[in-house]
Amino acid sequence: MSIRERLSGNEATAIAMKQINPDVVAAFPITPSTEIPQYFSTFVSNGEVDTEFVAVESEHSAMSATIGASAAGSRAMTATSANGLSLMWEMIYIASSLRLPIVMALVNRAVSGPLNIHNDHSDAMGVRDAGWIMLFSENNQEAYDNMLMAHRIAENKNVLLPVMICQDGFITSHSIENIQLESDEEVKKFVGEYKPEHYLLNNKEPIAIGPLDLQAYLFEHKAQQAEAMKNAKKVIKEVAEEFEKWTGRKYEFFEKYKLDDAEIAIVCMNSTAGTTKAVVDVLREKGVKAGLLKLRMFRPFPAEEIAEALSNLKAVAILDKADSLNGAGGALFEDVTSAMYVNNKSVPMINYIYGIGGRDTTEKQIESVYSDLQEIVKNGKTENPYRYLGLRKGEN
Amino acid sequence: MNNLIEIRWHGRGGQGAKTASLLLADAAFNTGKYIQGFPEYGPERMGAPITAYNRISDKPITIHSNIYEPDYVVVVDDTLLESVPVTAGLKTTGAIVINTTKSPEYLKKVLNGYEGAIYTIDARKVSEEALGKYFPNTPMLAAIVKVTGIMTDEELLADMQNSFKHKFAKKPEVIDGNMKALELALKEVKKI
Repeated sequence: MSIRERLSGNEATAIAMKQINPDVVAAFPITPSTEIPQYFSTFVSNGEVDTEFVAVESEHSAMSATIGASAAGSRAMTATSANGLSLMWEMIYIASSLRLPIVMALVNRAVSGPLNIHNDHSDAMGVRDAGWIMLFSENNQEAYDNMLMAHRIAENKNVLLPVMICQDGFITSHSIENIQLESDEEVKKFVGEYKPEHYLLNNKEPIAIGPLDLQAYLFEHKAQQAEAMKNAKKVIKEVAEEFEKWTGRKYEFFEKYKLDDAEIAIVCMNSTAGTTKAVVDVLREKGVKAGLLKLRMFRPFPAEEIAEALSNLKAVAILDKADSLNGAGGALFEDVTSAMYVNNKSVPMINYIYGIGGRDTTEKQIESVYSDLQEIVKNGKTENPYRYLGLRKGEN
Repeated sequence: MNNLIEIRWHGRGGQGAKTASLLLADAAFNTGKYIQGFPEYGPERMGAPITAYNRISDKPITIHSNIYEPDYVVVVDDTLLESVPVTAGLKTTGAIVINTTKSPEYLKKVLNGYEGAIYTIDARKVSEEALGKYFPNTPMLAAIVKVTGIMTDEELLADMQNSFKHKFAKKPEVIDGNMKALELALKEVKKI
């Protein structure tokens, strides 16, 4: 029986962590994720969890301590944002290459500079090739649910990769909304006990983790990481199916919102998908065949499935909340267009860089994207595929 | 019919406008609604203008943007009236609720000819009478509930009694004062 509550995205994440009751949490505060370790440390102080909470002196140390704890054989978690993730960067790659099933909450925020503490996806996009599984969440409910599924994915022996659960800083991390929580006992049952096969503190099997790995082996190990990432797709699907049987809440690689009969569509991630749904509903009432593809699983990237889902559309806009600053489109746009090309699907596609540094993304902006798509369909030509949404005119 | 109610709060850092918006979200949640309560984060500091928002609906809310065309606006501090465009986008079918003792003539002038309903309440008087101190957020919460009719007076009082029990668990002596502030405010809010 799920519990009706109202919580912020940060509270929901902290409660998921409490219910998971990991062995170790190591964290350093950084806005907007600060509240997660703050709430969690209260649970530790109140004796509501058995976790060893390590208040480290930097994010590099937070990830290092999490890696150490995970390598030792414990279930380890952390949380961060933006420049905190930047400072972890060296260790982010170590975590995935050592095949440690660490779970991290990433509350998305712009990476400075100039200094900005607000939401965009530049932190997540900076580690998109680091070998972490990356799941994105539209709201507090999805941040909570994705967190409950994370360990089952990470710890699966065909995967053994770290998982990052993303949500939008402030927009969902600090907004109070309705949520359905599951009971502590049910969560415990679903997440299960962590029984690592190989770990440092196993005196019956002395092993080394992360030693020198030169020309003779690193290539093969990287190929194994890539293989694990491919395996993750099946596991993410199976865990979601089991989760749905338990909670009734359905999760796939991506959510298709009124997409099947749509002629024009937006592809985006996190909270903007919710605003887009509201716009799609209004457009549908006016007879416009608008749809949405909300990507949940960004890494591994479901290239074939996305290409299939978008193949019958007349025009598609991909929204990137981070600019790759390369003059050729954002990361999500490149991934989606590449997926289309490789799978022999041809649909006109345009890219919008939007919401940078917390610039509010409004229904009006989303409506304007759909009108642009209607124009493209009408005129049969795309013109400039690299666009901005919500940028003040004359200032770029 | 669109049953979504959107509310924008204007206050100054330290006056509890954010807390009031969260309390309103709580109270509406407890009457079975779908809610959102969120502040617009900036470089907050005591005395600086702040904005907070509420969405309240019978159906799930998916929009995640600030509110530009609110049904209601609450102004917790009337010194903002001349520096912040508090009626921007405010629907004329809605209303603005202001904590003030200023004259109707002055208010009409600074509200740039806003054609919707204007309500006022002297939250300072209410708060000082009930609590002996100036905390405008509790009276303003009662005022907006009264004006919007999101719930009945009785529902609000019953719910807040319960909330205050948790919120002020460590200083129960302020619960009665806050309840009195709500009761007084429900009577004091007036349309001009």
